[in-house]
Amino acid sequence: MIKTSELHEGGIIREAGNASTYKTGDWRTFVPQFVQENCIHCMFCWIYCPDSAIDIDTSGPKPLMKGIIMDHCKGCGICAHECPPVKKGKAALVMVREEK
Amino acid sequence: MQQKLVALSGNEAVAYAFKQARPHVAAAFPITPQTEMMHKYAEFVANGESATEMILVESEHSAMSAAVGSAAAGARTFTATSSAGFALMWEVVYIAASLRLPICMAMVNRALSGNINIHCDHSDSMGGRDAGWIHLFSENAQESYDNGLMAWRIAEHMDVRLPVMVNYDGFIISHTADALHMLPDEAAWKFIGPYKHKYTLLDVENPITVGPLDLTDYYFEHKTSQLAAYDKVPGVVQAVSDEFGKLTGRHYGFAEEYLLDDAEMVMVILGSSAGTAKDVIDEYRAKGVKAGLLKLRMFRPFPAAYVAKVLAGRKAVAVLDRSASFGGFGGPVFTEVRSAMYGQKVPVHGYIYGLGGRDFDLRQVATVLDNLQKVAAGGQIEDVNLLGVRL
Repeated sequence: MIKTSELHEGGIIREAGNASTYKTGDWRTFVPQFVQENCIHCMFCWIYCPDSAIDIDTSGPKPLMKGIIMDHCKGCGICAHECPPVKKGKAALVMVREEK
Repeated sequence: MQQKLVALSGNEAVAYAFKQARPHVAAAFPITPQTEMMHKYAEFVANGESATEMILVESEHSAMSAAVGSAAAGARTFTATSSAGFALMWEVVYIAASLRLPICMAMVNRALSGNINIHCDHSDSMGGRDAGWIHLFSENAQESYDNGLMAWRIAEHMDVRLPVMVNYDGFIISHTADALHMLPDEAAWKFIGPYKHKYTLLDVENPITVGPLDLTDYYFEHKTSQLAAYDKVPGVVQAVSDEFGKLTGRHYGFAEEYLLDDAEMVMVILGSSAGTAKDVIDEYRAKGVKAGLLKLRMFRPFPAAYVAKVLAGRKAVAVLDRSASFGGFGGPVFTEVRSAMYGQKVPVHGYIYGLGGRDFDLRQVATVLDNLQKVAAGGQIEDVNLLGVRL
């Protein structure tokens, strides 16, 4: 993050459209951990994630779950709640307390 | 510089000063005793003497909001208020300073309610002393006019870019006809000059965002950036005042030092009361009492280093406040002066006087001067005292 001496006077923002560079995933308490061997690549987490924080690979015939984009994940846990393997006891997404 | 000697009320004098700056926009709502100032300004506009766009708003909150929008758009902007009007502006007063907008405001000092009172004290502007504005005080119509001209140069200086409040006492200055020298319009315009913006919302080639949400990650840095701006204000105020002095022959600084050179005892005061104090100090001087007066002109930013230096080595100092800080240790000027004097062995005592327009008379000044002599001789008095009230 930039320092006081680098800020514009009056707290104005001169760079239009810079919201895309703002990392909003810095205030979570829990963080999802991806357990790849349990993943069935159903894309439920990708559909339910409110912050587009699920990283997927769409280069093949079927999309593949790759992991979590931590820049934007708020740690809400919806992905782990909706994950079908979790409901069967073989968790592909596990919420753990984040150590900073 | 040839100047015209005129008789005007303080309100008219400030209206003329602001007109001479040729502001683009004025947004104000009437409140006693400020009303007459905006009446006069509206007359200029109606007569075609001023091209200022007047925004007739429905409240002071709207007046300051319109001023903020106008200044952010890159227009030279002013407003004017008093007392409860300033209180209603509150939220936006802070925003004007935080956004570093060089708005000028005529603050015709009046007591705050309750009970409701229309007369002078400084409780209105003092409530806003931490809001980030530059506060200039005036003793009479001449100083109100002069501050009304210099305010633009200070506010709009590229190292400052902060709003300025020109304080003058309600009724005592605002409604009293007083003789003053006015600059010709062209000379005033040459001194103030055209407005230059630092940023503007109207520049579509370079779009900006003003006043976005600012949370735990950046708010502190933005406030730190704002704090640094106040260090640059005193130098600019002095430079602008020096230039003004050369032009008009009227010299200003952070304060007026009245008979201070050899003064053993000093009164510190703001505004119109300084005139009364000077008269009584003259009487005491004639009796051989070495008393003097420090009339603060710039209260924000508070010139702490200057005050500490100018009061160093005195035998006693009395600070007079025309406002009470309820629950605080004395009035706002007293706490600042005493804090600035930390580490010095100069006794500093506070007085609260003149609330709600209570006349500040010669006897009150005499009481203060008598107490100063008592303290200078090693006597004890209360830290904070009251003047001119029935107990």
